[in-house]
Amino acid sequence: MTATLDVPTRLAEVIGSKRVVAAVEELDTYAIDGLRPSAIVRPVSTEEVMEVVRFAQTEKLAILPLGSRSKCDLGMTPDRYDIALDMTGLREIAHYDPGDLTLSVDAGMPLRALETYLQQRGQFLPLAVPCFESATVGGSISSGIDSALRLQYGGARDFVIGAEFIDGTGQFCKSGGRVVKNVTGYDLHKLLIGSLGTLGVITRVNFRTYPLPAISGGHVTCFGKLQEALVFKKAVERSGLALANFEILNPHVAGMIRAILSRAGEAVSPELERAEWCAYSAFEGTEEVVSRIGREIENAARGSAGAPGRILEPAEDVALGGMLRESFEWLRWGSPASALCRLVFTQATEMLLTELLQLAGSTGFESAVIVRAAGILYFAIFAESESEEAIAALQTVTNGAMALARRENGHATLLHAPSTVKRNAARVNFSPSQLAMQQRVKAAFDPSGVFVPGRVVGGI
Amino acid sequence: MKSLLGEKNVLDKQEDLLLYEYDGSVEKGRPDLVVFPHTTEEVSKIVKLAAQYELPVVGRGAGTGLSGGALARGGGVMIVFARMNKIIEVDLESQRAVVQPGVVNLDITRAVEHAGLYFAPDPSSAKSCTVGGNVAENAGGPHTLAYGVTTNHIAALELVLPDGEIVRVGSKHGGTPGYDLCGLFVGSEGTLALVTEVTVKLARKAEAVKTLLAIFETIEDASQAVVEITAKGITPAACEMLDGWTLRVVEDYVHAGYPRDSGAVLLLEVEGLTEAVEEQAAAIRGVCNQCRAREVRVAKDDRERGLLWKGRKNAFGALGRVAPSNYVLDGVIPRSKLPEALERIKGIGKKHGFHIGNIFHAGDGNLHPIVLYDPRDADQLERAIAAAREIIRACVEMGGALTGEHGVGMEKNELMSLLFSDADFALMRRVHDAFNPDSALNPGKIFPVNKGCGEIRIKRKELAGVEA
Repeated sequence: MTATLDVPTRLAEVIGSKRVVAAVEELDTYAIDGLRPSAIVRPVSTEEVMEVVRFAQTEKLAILPLGSRSKCDLGMTPDRYDIALDMTGLREIAHYDPGDLTLSVDAGMPLRALETYLQQRGQFLPLAVPCFESATVGGSISSGIDSALRLQYGGARDFVIGAEFIDGTGQFCKSGGRVVKNVTGYDLHKLLIGSLGTLGVITRVNFRTYPLPAISGGHVTCFGKLQEALVFKKAVERSGLALANFEILNPHVAGMIRAILSRAGEAVSPELERAEWCAYSAFEGTEEVVSRIGREIENAARGSAGAPGRILEPAEDVALGGMLRESFEWLRWGSPASALCRLVFTQATEMLLTELLQLAGSTGFESAVIVRAAGILYFAIFAESESEEAIAALQTVTNGAMALARRENGHATLLHAPSTVKRNAARVNFSPSQLAMQQRVKAAFDPSGVFVPGRVVGGI
Repeated sequence: MKSLLGEKNVLDKQEDLLLYEYDGSVEKGRPDLVVFPHTTEEVSKIVKLAAQYELPVVGRGAGTGLSGGALARGGGVMIVFARMNKIIEVDLESQRAVVQPGVVNLDITRAVEHAGLYFAPDPSSAKSCTVGGNVAENAGGPHTLAYGVTTNHIAALELVLPDGEIVRVGSKHGGTPGYDLCGLFVGSEGTLALVTEVTVKLARKAEAVKTLLAIFETIEDASQAVVEITAKGITPAACEMLDGWTLRVVEDYVHAGYPRDSGAVLLLEVEGLTEAVEEQAAAIRGVCNQCRAREVRVAKDDRERGLLWKGRKNAFGALGRVAPSNYVLDGVIPRSKLPEALERIKGIGKKHGFHIGNIFHAGDGNLHPIVLYDPRDADQLERAIAAAREIIRACVEMGGALTGEHGVGMEKNELMSLLFSDADFALMRRVHDAFNPDSALNPGKIFPVNKGCGEIRIKRKELAGVEA
């Protein structure tokens, strides 16, 4: 950016002053890791988005597309950040064919409003992502964050069937389509999932929708030891029962959930009070299917080393299921200075988890572990302040977790940390060729680097 | 090449090369050289050597593809992966298998079925097609309705780039940080890299399966039943349709028990927990009855089930008996438009003077209209091509796409502009060039090369048994 360029004024010339905000107090709410943009733009049409991208390209400014900003601190600290492109003004349902179970919706559409809309037709989108109350379609896809229903419905890559977006040259592009089966052309929309706004501005996403299940059920049981919980997990996996979600919570997580639910006056299952490892199973379907799965999970729990377990009351299940969808949110704000990592292994073994817990234990801070199905772990540690010692300890644990992931051929992503920890976090160990391939994709979508560089792991 | 791979792994005589001029489509493209590597390193060396002589390189599995993806359009070196056919690792606990690209699709399932696992993508050529080809084309099959296509079952790939570099994308557990390169490479039809190793996800077999045959007086009723089944949110594992004319041809050949006097049949399969299967089968029966089904039969045992499927799986072979040639189109439409689509196809057939048969994956809107014609009659050929173009155009007009599972290849590359704009092509081209800048790999595929029309080609009679 040139020193003399008055970004808000020039932007106002390009798309009109009504769309541009430059008040410092508002700019502050769009800051990322302390980086404040020079202007906020709120386009209401695809054409306006294109104008902004072309302007930024000409002026060599860096754009970050944003939705409700609920998860915009995901990713590495950008190298540059000049224009916040607030996409919440594009929020139409462009196409919905309930008979075909396909949907095409603007990026700024809030997930909650979409859910209400689809519910009227007995359908839903299995995008059960954190910050659900405020999250937008585009932000959720761009963040690539896990859906709590992943076990049953897969991730976004399994039900996003197409997308429209503005690439780094300011051109309107599309990929995929509106049909559920399609191999026409490259699956570019898959690249947008989890791209954190670095490849293009997503303007519209096409989904396949799903019928709402008739009913759902939940089961919870407790274990004195982690190893017992993992044995139970294995038994459930081997049963072949189709679960919507399965999670193991360490005693500290159970305590956190209990505290939050109690404060909110919501139903708290007594299992959460036992300061033990908890295993939660969620399942859905028709009444007969739900009762069959419930019975089998109960049997598995009875055959395990843990407490007998219990089918949750509907209110308890809604409360606990909702909390686990939101775990990213309350884990990252679990203390004044916390670090939250997502780790993925082929298998979440006792040895790995023990090592993680020892790593956290060495700092004296409380730590949280959530083991999800499919080898996904959430791991957080909670410091009480951003003191130098605390930051150093967070750094040690974060780097240790990343090293552990590398050693075990897994992956670790730092989802949240104080900005200094984030900046110094061990960068992902892409091999030079893997890094080069990532960079080539970025250069193909965004040849002049108009979308915030440095935000994707590896400094892309 | 001979000094690199040994005499027996290289073919260069015209009579040998002739065999590799075809695939499952009737496109043609003769390679100058066919090589059979055994290792990734050999693939890398072949690619480097070819680059020295500026020869294009195309990968090929079993050659069952239906869009010319595995043909040497620009001549050059064809790498046949048939001898890279080892299953490297099976991890039952993690439900993963690591295989070389030349492993036959069905052989993965055979290797793991003792543990109640299987590889879900099931193109009808599963007995012969290879995993590498499945990855390149993002292959489908009847059961993709419930379980998704190949891309949903691939965890990681090892690839050789056009400069010979060996790279890996994805990981055994699935995702990786950064962009989803695995998602990009699957279905890129060999135009970005050559696949040299595949880590597949293994699915767990359902505890119960039920196969139903719903028999209708008219194709309109059958397609309405598909619309209703979809709209009600019932997801069968498979939902295939055969129209009356096609099922009669099939029945005469296969004797699967399809009633010869019906207007159309739906072959449906439901899988899952016993309770779910019972409920879904009952719901399907209800919908079919509402849509005036004459009868809904349920296969009583594995033998009956096998017989019902035998009709579907051998249908294209059966069609080979009634006309000198047929060609199978592959288009997709929104499922709610199924009755309209079939009506339009009928009209297009009539206009061009053909009977067009329909045997297809109705449940996911993936049409396979079949035009029967005599290739010796130049006029027929021309009309067949015109009809095909009109049908694909109609699919696009109804909100659909050019191909659901066969790929673009050199069959539909000139039709891509029905769907994509210049800006779309520019971006796809930049992505292509990011990995394959000199078009050394599989040139002349996916992207239009402005060769004019007539790109939808004709399927030959001898392709019996190799189909959708």
